[in-house]
Amino acid sequence: MNALLLIIIPLAGALLAAIWKDNRTRPWLLPVFGLLHAVLCVRLVFDRPLVSPGDWLGFDPLAAAVLPAVSLLFLVCGCYAVPYLQTRQERPNRVFVASLLIVLGLLSAGHQARHLGLLWIATEAVTLATVPLLHFNNTPRAFEATWKYLLVGGTGIALSLLGSFCLGYSSLHGGGEGDLTFVALMAQGAELSRPWVLAAWVLLLVGYGTKMGLAPMHTWKPDAYGEASGIVGAILAGGVTSVAFTAILRIRSVVNSAGEGLVADRTLLAIGLFSMAAAALFLLGTRNYKRMLAYSSIEHMGILSIGASLGPLGVWAALFHVWSNCFTKGSLFLCAGNIRRASGSSSLDDVRGMAHVVPRSAALFVTGMFAVTACPPFGPFFSELKVLGAALKTGHAWAVGGFLICLLFAFFGLSRVVFAVVDGRPRPAAKAGGVRFRETFGFVAPPLLLLAFSLWLGLFTPSILQVTWTAAVAQLFPNP
Amino acid sequence: MISALNLLVGLAMGLNLVALGSSRLPSLIRTVAVQGVALGLMPLLLESDRLDWRIILVAAATIAGKGFVIPGLLRRAMRAANIEREINPFIGLVPSLLLGAGGTIAAVVLAGALPLLPEHAGLLLIPGSLASVLTGFILLIGRSKAISQVCGYLVLENGIYLFGLLLIKALPLLVEAGVLLDLTVGIFVLGIIIDRIQRAFDSLDTRKLTALHE
Repeated sequence: MNALLLIIIPLAGALLAAIWKDNRTRPWLLPVFGLLHAVLCVRLVFDRPLVSPGDWLGFDPLAAAVLPAVSLLFLVCGCYAVPYLQTRQERPNRVFVASLLIVLGLLSAGHQARHLGLLWIATEAVTLATVPLLHFNNTPRAFEATWKYLLVGGTGIALSLLGSFCLGYSSLHGGGEGDLTFVALMAQGAELSRPWVLAAWVLLLVGYGTKMGLAPMHTWKPDAYGEASGIVGAILAGGVTSVAFTAILRIRSVVNSAGEGLVADRTLLAIGLFSMAAAALFLLGTRNYKRMLAYSSIEHMGILSIGASLGPLGVWAALFHVWSNCFTKGSLFLCAGNIRRASGSSSLDDVRGMAHVVPRSAALFVTGMFAVTACPPFGPFFSELKVLGAALKTGHAWAVGGFLICLLFAFFGLSRVVFAVVDGRPRPAAKAGGVRFRETFGFVAPPLLLLAFSLWLGLFTPSILQVTWTAAVAQLFPNP
Repeated sequence: MISALNLLVGLAMGLNLVALGSSRLPSLIRTVAVQGVALGLMPLLLESDRLDWRIILVAAATIAGKGFVIPGLLRRAMRAANIEREINPFIGLVPSLLLGAGGTIAAVVLAGALPLLPEHAGLLLIPGSLASVLTGFILLIGRSKAISQVCGYLVLENGIYLFGLLLIKALPLLVEAGVLLDLTVGIFVLGIIIDRIQRAFDSLDTRKLTALHE
């Protein structure tokens, strides 16, 4: 019931948003329903319900290990949405608010899905529900981004359906009864037909990897993040990608129980390192600070993928990294949104000296940049350290070398762009621009709060979270 | 029944090549629509000895969706944009036909390497599925008009549907319904977007979608 409530509450909110008349008060539905969701989610983490093995949907340890982060991120973004949508009264926000709440409901469904088909339906539905969010700005560039997102994302999601079919067929071929819950598939283990499992793994990794934004399936990401508003970027980077990541984790454990864990781990490691390297190279070249965040997100997806390839310790570290990435990246997206509104552009050619125009957002942007490039004492530093520790323990010293080089280049790229935005003299246009953007409390507190979460995760990783991550690892590796 | 089913799968594979070889958008859309109807008939043949309402529903929904609704939407989008032809595709017609033919052969070879259940032996569904997926990819990558790309996406989906037929007994209703619904809605959204793109760019040429790059 609780699992269903997590899905029903946001969907009810979306319905309410769809019939709500007043454009000015409608955005308040976001923090209200976000709060309800977050409270329920956090309560469930402390008092985790029992999930029976045959359930299609349930708040199992893996859901408990990731969903609360998404829920908290949504709550903070919902608070940010209120002042943001107030300044954008010229655009009707009915579809935007409703879609955001639908996305939250579907993300909850995707994280809690314990059935291969249900997981796919939730992911596909999330893809569709984000479309109106992406073209909220209604500019030709937003259309272009949406078109690419839909075409690349749609193809990826189609391939993951084909992969799900292959996995289903491998179960049938191994004498299964057509039960596609992950528990049943893992129990079938070595009986699954190997060639079909391998075909399924390739297709599912490409499919969900597209959703996650792993290179070379990342092409939609810079366009979509570059054109979307800050909130949408934060929710895509923190929430939607994490659903795809937990999907890959669940599938990996099935592949592992079928005896092909080594193949799965090698592909995850290779694709993770490739993503990091590709992201680092693009970071050195980009001249747009919102696209920079997209490449940074690709880099962090690479880190997650590497973590997932390193056995129980690595998965634990990756779950930790999901949290630290979710909050840190969320903060950066919201700051970038503020800077974008104040300067009217997201290209380095037009934006500089933002420290004079929006001093608070600029300070947060710089701090967030240090946090996301793994400077202590923020969350990402500790989670990436855990990933490195797991890599060394499992004898992947060469991977550690590549990882560190990519981190270094990513740092060069990020710091180059961020300081170009913050430093220097502001352009006259930015100062004199039509509607001046005022850095009110509502615009600064949410990114500050997210950054504080990241700091808190790094300094005092709460023991309840550590216990949950351990439980999730135990769920994914039933017989270590 | 198996021979009739294989005939339909063969027809679908032939239509893949027709789609690859057609430069006029109306004939491309018609090809995809005919393929959709052929696909819709397949579950009836596959399960002809024990037809129940679920199978009939799937067949009816597929024929209506893939055969009529989506092609209708595509025709509307085509008329709205006032274009009839794929003038210069990224991959020319002859190379894409050759690629498609090679892909079909590769699909047959690849399908031979995958073990099948005894009751599925002798069915062409897997090679048909793989060949359609490849054809879909060639259309998606090789064509520049948005409508041709949507047709490519449809062919790709048709390939996935062919595979799904093998599992139609094992997959519970929820999954079937959800799959169909989502795919249809996906195309719907694509259609709306096309409409918007058309207004924004006055053309359906995705080559013009180049504002976003490094």
